[in-house]
Amino acid sequence: MNQPVDDKAARDAAAKARNGRNIAIGLGLAAFVVLVFIVTLVRLGANVAQPHP
Amino acid sequence: MSKTAAMTPDSISPDAPRSDAIQAARWQDYFQLMKPRVMSLVVFTGLTGLLAARAPVHPLLGAVAVLCIAIGAGASGALNMWYDADIDRQMRRTRGRPVPAGKVKGEEAATLGVVLSLLSVMFLGFAVNWFAAGLLAFTIVFYAVVYTMWLKRWTAQNIVIGGLAGALPPAIGWAAATGHAPLNAWLMVAIIFFWTPPHFWALSLYVTTDYAKAGVPMLPVVKGAKETRKQILIYSLILIPICLSPVLTGLGGPIYLAVAALGGAVFLVLAWRVFASKAGDAADPRVTDRALYEVDEDKHAAGAKAARNLFAFSILYLFALFAALLGEAVAGVPALELLK
Repeated sequence: MNQPVDDKAARDAAAKARNGRNIAIGLGLAAFVVLVFIVTLVRLGANVAQPHP
Repeated sequence: MSKTAAMTPDSISPDAPRSDAIQAARWQDYFQLMKPRVMSLVVFTGLTGLLAARAPVHPLLGAVAVLCIAIGAGASGALNMWYDADIDRQMRRTRGRPVPAGKVKGEEAATLGVVLSLLSVMFLGFAVNWFAAGLLAFTIVFYAVVYTMWLKRWTAQNIVIGGLAGALPPAIGWAAATGHAPLNAWLMVAIIFFWTPPHFWALSLYVTTDYAKAGVPMLPVVKGAKETRKQILIYSLILIPICLSPVLTGLGGPIYLAVAALGGAVFLVLAWRVFASKAGDAADPRVTDRALYEVDEDKHAAGAKAARNLFAFSILYLFALFAALLGEAVAGVPALELLK
Protein backbone atom coordinates (compact mmCIF):
# COMPACT_ATOMS: atom_id res chain seq x y z
CA MET A 1 0.00 0.00 0.00
CA ASN A 2 2.96 2.34 0.54
CA GLN A 3 4.56 1.64 -2.87
CA PRO A 4 5.57 4.60 -5.09
CA VAL A 5 2.59 6.32 -6.68
CA ASP A 6 4.33 6.23 -10.05
CA ASP A 7 3.37 2.63 -10.39
CA LYS A 8 1.33 2.43 -13.61
CA ALA A 9 -1.23 -0.02 -12.28
CA ALA A 10 -1.87 2.25 -9.29
CA ARG A 11 -2.27 5.28 -11.55
CA ASP A 12 -4.69 3.41 -13.79
CA ALA A 13 -6.69 2.29 -10.79
CA ALA A 14 -6.74 5.86 -9.44
CA ALA A 15 -7.93 7.21 -12.80
CA LYS A 16 -10.64 4.57 -13.03
CA ALA A 17 -11.77 5.29 -9.47
CA ARG A 18 -11.85 9.05 -10.16
CA ASN A 19 -13.88 8.48 -13.31
CA GLY A 20 -16.38 6.40 -11.34
CA ARG A 21 -16.64 9.08 -8.66
CA ASN A 22 -17.23 11.78 -11.28
CA ILE A 23 -20.02 9.78 -12.91
CA ALA A 24 -21.63 9.09 -9.52
CA ILE A 25 -21.53 12.79 -8.57
CA GLY A 26 -22.90 13.79 -11.98
CA LEU A 27 -25.78 11.33 -11.78
CA GLY A 28 -26.51 12.35 -8.20
CA LEU A 29 -26.63 16.04 -9.06
CA ALA A 30 -28.82 15.42 -12.11
CA ALA A 31 -31.24 13.32 -10.06
CA PHE A 32 -31.36 16.03 -7.38
CA VAL A 33 -32.15 18.77 -9.93
CA VAL A 34 -34.94 16.68 -11.48
CA LEU A 35 -36.33 15.86 -8.03
CA VAL A 36 -36.38 19.52 -6.98
CA PHE A 37 -38.15 20.42 -10.23
CA ILE A 38 -40.84 17.75 -9.79
CA VAL A 39 -41.34 18.58 -6.09
CA THR A 40 -41.78 22.24 -7.06
CA LEU A 41 -44.46 21.28 -9.57
CA VAL A 42 -46.26 19.13 -7.00
CA ARG A 43 -46.17 21.82 -4.32
CA LEU A 44 -47.20 24.56 -6.75
CA GLY A 45 -49.95 22.35 -8.14
CA ALA A 46 -51.33 21.71 -4.65
CA ASN A 47 -51.39 25.44 -3.89
CA VAL A 48 -53.06 26.28 -7.19
CA ALA A 49 -55.71 23.62 -6.56
CA GLN A 50 -56.44 25.03 -3.10
CA PRO A 51 -56.00 28.81 -3.42
CA HIS A 52 -56.11 30.85 -0.25
CA PRO A 53 -59.09 33.24 -0.02
CA MET B 1 -12.47 7.26 27.84
CA SER B 2 -11.24 10.21 25.80
CA LYS B 3 -10.64 10.08 22.07
CA THR B 4 -6.95 10.85 22.73
CA ALA B 5 -6.63 7.88 25.04
CA ALA B 6 -8.06 5.60 22.39
CA MET B 7 -5.29 6.63 19.98
CA THR B 8 -2.27 5.78 22.10
CA PRO B 9 0.31 3.83 20.09
CA ASP B 10 0.04 0.84 22.41
CA SER B 11 -3.65 0.50 21.74
CA ILE B 12 -3.32 0.41 17.95
CA SER B 13 -2.94 -3.00 16.43
CA PRO B 14 0.27 -3.30 14.41
CA ASP B 15 -1.54 -5.05 11.59
CA ALA B 16 -4.16 -2.32 11.32
CA PRO B 17 -4.16 -0.35 8.06
CA ARG B 18 -2.55 3.07 8.28
CA SER B 19 -4.79 6.00 7.45
CA ASP B 20 -1.91 8.04 5.99
CA ALA B 21 -1.65 5.67 3.02
CA ILE B 22 -4.78 6.65 1.12
CA GLN B 23 -5.80 4.40 -1.75
CA ALA B 24 -7.80 5.60 -4.73
CA ALA B 25 -11.33 5.77 -3.36
CA ARG B 26 -14.19 4.44 -5.44
CA TRP B 27 -17.73 5.82 -5.21
CA GLN B 28 -18.71 2.62 -3.42
CA ASP B 29 -16.31 3.53 -0.60
CA TYR B 30 -18.16 6.80 -0.04
CA PHE B 31 -21.46 4.93 -0.13
CA GLN B 32 -20.14 2.56 2.54
CA LEU B 33 -19.50 5.59 4.76
CA MET B 34 -23.27 6.03 4.88
CA LYS B 35 -23.79 2.60 6.50
CA PRO B 36 -26.25 1.27 3.89
CA ARG B 37 -27.51 -1.52 6.16
CA VAL B 38 -28.50 1.01 8.82
CA MET B 39 -30.04 3.16 6.08
CA SER B 40 -32.20 0.25 4.92
CA LEU B 41 -33.51 -0.27 8.47
CA VAL B 42 -34.22 3.46 8.80
CA VAL B 43 -36.05 3.48 5.46
CA PHE B 44 -38.21 0.61 6.68
CA THR B 45 -39.11 2.14 10.05
CA GLY B 46 -39.50 5.65 8.60
CA LEU B 47 -41.81 4.35 5.87
CA THR B 48 -43.82 2.46 8.48
CA GLY B 49 -44.25 5.65 10.50
CA LEU B 50 -45.30 7.53 7.37
CA LEU B 51 -47.94 4.98 6.37
CA ALA B 52 -49.09 4.04 9.89
CA ALA B 53 -50.23 7.67 10.30
CA ARG B 54 -52.93 6.75 7.76
CA ALA B 55 -53.02 10.31 6.43
CA PRO B 56 -53.33 11.27 2.75
CA VAL B 57 -49.81 11.96 1.45
CA HIS B 58 -48.75 12.71 -2.10
CA PRO B 59 -46.75 9.62 -3.16
CA LEU B 60 -43.84 11.72 -4.43
CA LEU B 61 -43.63 13.79 -1.25
CA GLY B 62 -43.82 10.61 0.81
CA ALA B 63 -40.95 9.17 -1.20
CA VAL B 64 -38.97 12.39 -0.76
CA ALA B 65 -39.54 12.21 3.00
CA VAL B 66 -38.23 8.64 3.17
CA LEU B 67 -35.29 9.57 0.93
CA CYS B 68 -34.38 12.50 3.18
CA ILE B 69 -34.62 10.31 6.29
CA ALA B 70 -32.31 7.77 4.62
CA ILE B 71 -29.79 10.41 3.51
CA GLY B 72 -29.88 12.01 6.97
CA ALA B 73 -29.14 8.61 8.52
CA GLY B 74 -26.34 8.09 6.03
CA ALA B 75 -24.91 11.51 6.83
CA SER B 76 -24.79 10.77 10.54
CA GLY B 77 -23.17 7.42 9.69
CA ALA B 78 -20.43 9.22 7.75
CA LEU B 79 -19.84 11.60 10.67
CA ASN B 80 -19.67 8.60 12.99
CA MET B 81 -17.11 6.88 10.77
CA TRP B 82 -15.00 10.04 10.65
CA TYR B 83 -14.94 10.52 14.43
CA ASP B 84 -14.67 6.84 15.39
CA ALA B 85 -11.91 5.89 12.93
CA ASP B 86 -9.44 5.44 15.80
CA ILE B 87 -11.52 2.82 17.58
CA ASP B 88 -12.88 1.28 14.36
CA ARG B 89 -9.26 0.52 13.47
CA GLN B 90 -8.91 -1.69 16.52
CA MET B 91 -11.97 -3.91 16.12
CA ARG B 92 -12.28 -6.81 13.66
CA ARG B 93 -15.89 -5.95 12.88
CA THR B 94 -15.08 -2.36 11.87
CA ARG B 95 -11.47 -2.53 10.70
CA GLY B 96 -12.47 -2.76 7.04
CA ARG B 97 -14.53 0.47 7.06
CA PRO B 98 -13.38 3.02 4.47
CA VAL B 99 -11.58 5.43 6.83
CA PRO B 100 -9.62 2.95 9.00
CA ALA B 101 -8.88 0.87 5.89
CA GLY B 102 -7.23 3.92 4.33
CA LYS B 103 -9.63 4.19 1.39
CA VAL B 104 -11.17 7.57 2.32
CA LYS B 105 -9.63 10.43 4.29
CA GLY B 106 -11.28 11.32 7.58
CA GLU B 107 -11.82 14.92 6.42
CA GLU B 108 -13.67 13.66 3.36
CA ALA B 109 -15.96 11.53 5.50
CA ALA B 110 -16.66 14.53 7.75
CA THR B 111 -17.35 16.79 4.77
CA LEU B 112 -19.69 14.26 3.21
CA GLY B 113 -21.52 13.95 6.53
CA VAL B 114 -21.98 17.69 7.00
CA VAL B 115 -23.06 18.35 3.40
CA LEU B 116 -25.57 15.49 3.33
CA SER B 117 -26.93 16.49 6.76
CA LEU B 118 -27.66 20.02 5.56
CA LEU B 119 -29.03 18.79 2.26
CA SER B 120 -31.40 16.22 3.78
CA VAL B 121 -32.77 18.55 6.48
CA MET B 122 -33.25 21.53 4.15
CA PHE B 123 -34.85 19.46 1.41
CA LEU B 124 -37.21 17.74 3.85
CA GLY B 125 -38.18 21.13 5.24
CA PHE B 126 -38.83 22.78 1.89
CA ALA B 127 -40.48 19.77 0.24
CA VAL B 128 -42.54 18.33 3.13
CA ASN B 129 -42.67 20.26 6.41
CA TRP B 130 -40.31 21.87 8.90
CA PHE B 131 -41.45 19.86 11.93
CA ALA B 132 -40.26 16.66 10.28
CA ALA B 133 -37.09 18.45 9.19
CA GLY B 134 -36.48 19.60 12.76
CA LEU B 135 -36.87 16.06 14.06
CA LEU B 136 -34.43 14.84 11.41
CA ALA B 137 -31.90 17.52 12.37
CA PHE B 138 -32.25 16.55 16.03
CA THR B 139 -31.71 12.88 15.13
CA ILE B 140 -28.53 13.62 13.18
CA VAL B 141 -27.07 15.85 15.90
CA PHE B 142 -28.03 13.37 18.60
CA TYR B 143 -26.31 10.48 16.81
CA ALA B 144 -23.23 12.31 15.56
CA VAL B 145 -22.58 14.52 18.58
CA VAL B 146 -24.35 13.21 21.68
CA TYR B 147 -23.83 9.49 20.98
CA THR B 148 -20.67 9.33 18.86
CA MET B 149 -18.61 12.13 20.39
CA TRP B 150 -19.79 11.86 23.97
CA LEU B 151 -21.80 8.86 25.21
CA LYS B 152 -20.03 6.09 23.31
CA ARG B 153 -16.65 6.72 24.94
CA TRP B 154 -17.96 7.84 28.32
CA THR B 155 -20.67 5.60 29.75
CA ALA B 156 -21.77 1.99 29.66
CA GLN B 157 -25.29 3.31 29.06
CA ASN B 158 -24.08 4.60 25.67
CA ILE B 159 -26.36 2.51 23.52
CA VAL B 160 -29.37 3.00 25.82
CA ILE B 161 -29.43 6.78 25.47
CA GLY B 162 -27.81 6.84 22.03
CA GLY B 163 -30.44 4.39 20.82
CA LEU B 164 -32.88 7.30 20.67
CA ALA B 165 -31.28 8.39 17.40
CA GLY B 166 -32.01 5.04 15.80
CA ALA B 167 -35.51 5.05 17.25
CA LEU B 168 -36.71 8.39 15.88
CA PRO B 169 -37.27 7.66 12.14
CA PRO B 170 -40.88 6.43 12.62
CA ALA B 171 -41.74 9.74 14.32
CA ILE B 172 -40.08 11.65 11.47
CA GLY B 173 -42.12 9.62 8.98
CA TRP B 174 -45.31 10.27 10.93
CA ALA B 175 -44.50 13.98 11.16
CA ALA B 176 -43.84 14.07 7.42
CA ALA B 177 -47.32 12.64 6.79
CA THR B 178 -49.31 14.72 9.24
CA GLY B 179 -47.20 17.66 10.43
CA HIS B 180 -47.32 16.47 14.05
CA ALA B 181 -46.25 13.51 16.17
CA PRO B 182 -48.93 12.12 18.52
CA LEU B 183 -48.65 9.36 21.14
CA ASN B 184 -48.80 6.55 18.60
CA ALA B 185 -45.74 7.92 16.78
CA TRP B 186 -43.80 7.98 20.05
CA LEU B 187 -44.93 4.44 20.86
CA MET B 188 -43.11 3.30 17.71
CA VAL B 189 -40.08 5.25 18.89
CA ALA B 190 -40.34 3.62 22.32
CA ILE B 191 -40.44 0.14 20.79
CA ILE B 192 -37.10 0.66 19.01
CA PHE B 193 -35.65 2.55 21.98
CA PHE B 194 -36.27 -0.28 24.46
CA TRP B 195 -35.44 -2.95 21.87
CA THR B 196 -31.94 -1.57 21.31
CA PRO B 197 -30.30 -2.46 24.68
CA PRO B 198 -31.15 -6.19 24.73
CA HIS B 199 -30.30 -6.40 21.03
CA PHE B 200 -26.83 -4.82 21.26
CA TRP B 201 -25.93 -6.21 24.66
CA ALA B 202 -26.71 -9.73 23.43
CA LEU B 203 -24.20 -9.09 20.63
CA SER B 204 -21.67 -7.55 22.97
CA LEU B 205 -21.75 -10.63 25.21
CA TYR B 206 -19.91 -12.59 22.56
CA VAL B 207 -17.71 -9.87 21.02
CA THR B 208 -16.70 -8.43 24.39
CA THR B 209 -12.99 -8.78 23.79
CA ASP B 210 -13.13 -6.51 20.74
CA TYR B 211 -14.89 -3.70 22.61
CA ALA B 212 -12.47 -4.07 25.51
CA LYS B 213 -9.48 -3.85 23.19
CA ALA B 214 -10.83 -0.64 21.65
CA GLY B 215 -11.57 0.81 25.09
CA VAL B 216 -15.28 1.26 24.37
CA PRO B 217 -17.17 1.07 27.70
CA MET B 218 -19.80 -1.42 26.61
CA LEU B 219 -21.73 -2.82 29.57
CA PRO B 220 -19.99 -6.25 29.64
CA VAL B 221 -16.61 -4.51 29.66
CA VAL B 222 -17.46 -2.12 32.50
CA LYS B 223 -19.99 -3.97 34.65
CA GLY B 224 -19.32 -7.57 33.65
CA ALA B 225 -21.32 -10.25 31.89
CA LYS B 226 -23.57 -11.10 34.85
CA GLU B 227 -24.84 -7.53 35.19
CA THR B 228 -25.30 -7.36 31.41
CA ARG B 229 -27.43 -10.51 31.43
CA LYS B 230 -29.56 -8.99 34.20
CA GLN B 231 -29.96 -5.71 32.31
CA ILE B 232 -30.96 -7.62 29.17
CA LEU B 233 -33.74 -9.34 31.10
CA ILE B 234 -34.92 -6.08 32.72
CA TYR B 235 -35.08 -4.23 29.40
CA SER B 236 -36.85 -7.20 27.80
CA LEU B 237 -39.49 -7.12 30.55
CA ILE B 238 -40.03 -3.42 29.82
CA LEU B 239 -39.98 -3.91 26.05
CA ILE B 240 -42.74 -6.48 25.65
CA PRO B 241 -45.56 -4.47 27.33
CA ILE B 242 -44.56 -1.48 25.22
CA CYS B 243 -44.74 -3.65 22.10
CA LEU B 244 -48.27 -4.69 23.11
CA SER B 245 -49.47 -1.16 23.88
CA PRO B 246 -50.22 -0.10 20.26
CA VAL B 247 -53.35 -2.28 20.35
CA LEU B 248 -54.62 -0.14 23.24
CA THR B 249 -54.10 3.20 21.51
CA GLY B 250 -55.43 2.58 18.01
CA LEU B 251 -52.13 1.94 16.25
CA GLY B 252 -51.95 -1.84 15.87
CA GLY B 253 -54.61 -4.26 14.66
CA PRO B 254 -55.21 -7.99 15.19
CA ILE B 255 -52.23 -9.08 13.07
CA TYR B 256 -49.96 -6.80 15.05
CA LEU B 257 -51.39 -8.13 18.31
CA ALA B 258 -50.63 -11.72 17.30
CA VAL B 259 -47.09 -10.88 16.22
CA ALA B 260 -46.36 -8.78 19.31
CA ALA B 261 -47.78 -11.35 21.74
CA LEU B 262 -46.27 -14.50 20.24
CA GLY B 263 -42.95 -12.90 19.36
CA GLY B 264 -42.85 -11.21 22.75
CA ALA B 265 -43.27 -14.53 24.53
CA VAL B 266 -40.38 -16.03 22.53
CA PHE B 267 -38.30 -12.90 23.19
CA LEU B 268 -38.83 -13.24 26.94
CA VAL B 269 -37.93 -16.95 26.90
CA LEU B 270 -34.70 -16.20 25.01
CA ALA B 271 -33.87 -13.28 27.33
CA TRP B 272 -34.42 -15.58 30.32
CA ARG B 273 -32.10 -18.18 28.77
CA VAL B 274 -29.41 -15.52 28.39
CA PHE B 275 -29.97 -14.48 32.01
CA ALA B 276 -29.63 -18.09 33.18
CA SER B 277 -26.60 -18.78 30.99
CA LYS B 278 -22.95 -17.92 31.38
CA ALA B 279 -22.89 -15.91 28.14
CA GLY B 280 -20.00 -13.48 28.14
CA ASP B 281 -18.19 -15.10 31.07
CA ALA B 282 -15.58 -16.43 28.65
CA ALA B 283 -14.75 -15.14 25.21
CA ASP B 284 -15.65 -17.33 22.28
CA PRO B 285 -12.50 -17.49 20.14
CA ARG B 286 -14.41 -18.75 17.13
CA VAL B 287 -16.43 -15.58 16.71
CA THR B 288 -15.51 -13.73 13.56
CA ASP B 289 -17.26 -11.08 11.51
CA ARG B 290 -19.02 -13.74 9.47
CA ALA B 291 -20.17 -15.67 12.51
CA LEU B 292 -22.30 -12.96 14.11
CA TYR B 293 -25.55 -14.56 13.10
CA GLU B 294 -24.43 -18.18 13.23
CA VAL B 295 -25.63 -20.25 16.14
CA ASP B 296 -23.39 -23.09 17.09
CA GLU B 297 -23.25 -25.45 20.07
CA ASP B 298 -19.89 -25.54 21.76
CA LYS B 299 -19.02 -26.44 25.31
CA HIS B 300 -16.36 -23.74 25.35
CA ALA B 301 -18.64 -21.00 24.07
CA ALA B 302 -19.83 -20.28 27.63
CA GLY B 303 -23.46 -19.61 26.75
CA ALA B 304 -22.67 -17.73 23.55
CA LYS B 305 -25.43 -19.68 21.83
CA ALA B 306 -28.08 -18.17 24.11
CA ALA B 307 -26.79 -14.66 23.39
CA ARG B 308 -26.65 -15.32 19.66
CA ASN B 309 -30.19 -16.71 19.67
CA LEU B 310 -31.51 -13.57 21.36
CA PHE B 311 -29.50 -11.30 19.05
CA ALA B 312 -30.80 -13.05 15.93
CA PHE B 313 -34.40 -13.23 17.17
CA SER B 314 -34.42 -9.58 18.25
CA ILE B 315 -33.81 -8.56 14.63
CA LEU B 316 -36.62 -10.81 13.43
CA TYR B 317 -38.98 -9.54 16.15
CA LEU B 318 -38.47 -5.86 15.36
CA PHE B 319 -38.85 -6.52 11.65
CA ALA B 320 -42.05 -8.51 12.24
CA LEU B 321 -43.58 -5.81 14.46
CA PHE B 322 -43.01 -3.05 11.93
CA ALA B 323 -43.96 -5.27 9.00
CA ALA B 324 -47.27 -5.98 10.76
CA LEU B 325 -47.93 -2.25 11.28
CA LEU B 326 -46.95 -1.52 7.68
CA GLY B 327 -49.05 -4.36 6.29
CA GLU B 328 -52.12 -3.38 8.30
CA ALA B 329 -51.80 0.26 7.22
CA VAL B 330 -51.43 -0.64 3.53
CA ALA B 331 -54.23 -3.22 3.63
CA GLY B 332 -56.50 -0.90 5.62
CA VAL B 333 -56.94 -3.34 8.49
CA PRO B 334 -58.73 -1.45 11.28
CA ALA B 335 -56.59 -0.83 14.33
CA LEU B 336 -57.68 -2.06 17.74
CA GLU B 337 -58.39 0.52 20.39
CA LEU B 338 -58.90 -1.57 23.50
CA LEU B 339 -58.62 1.43 25.84
CA LYS B 340 -61.86 2.92 24.52
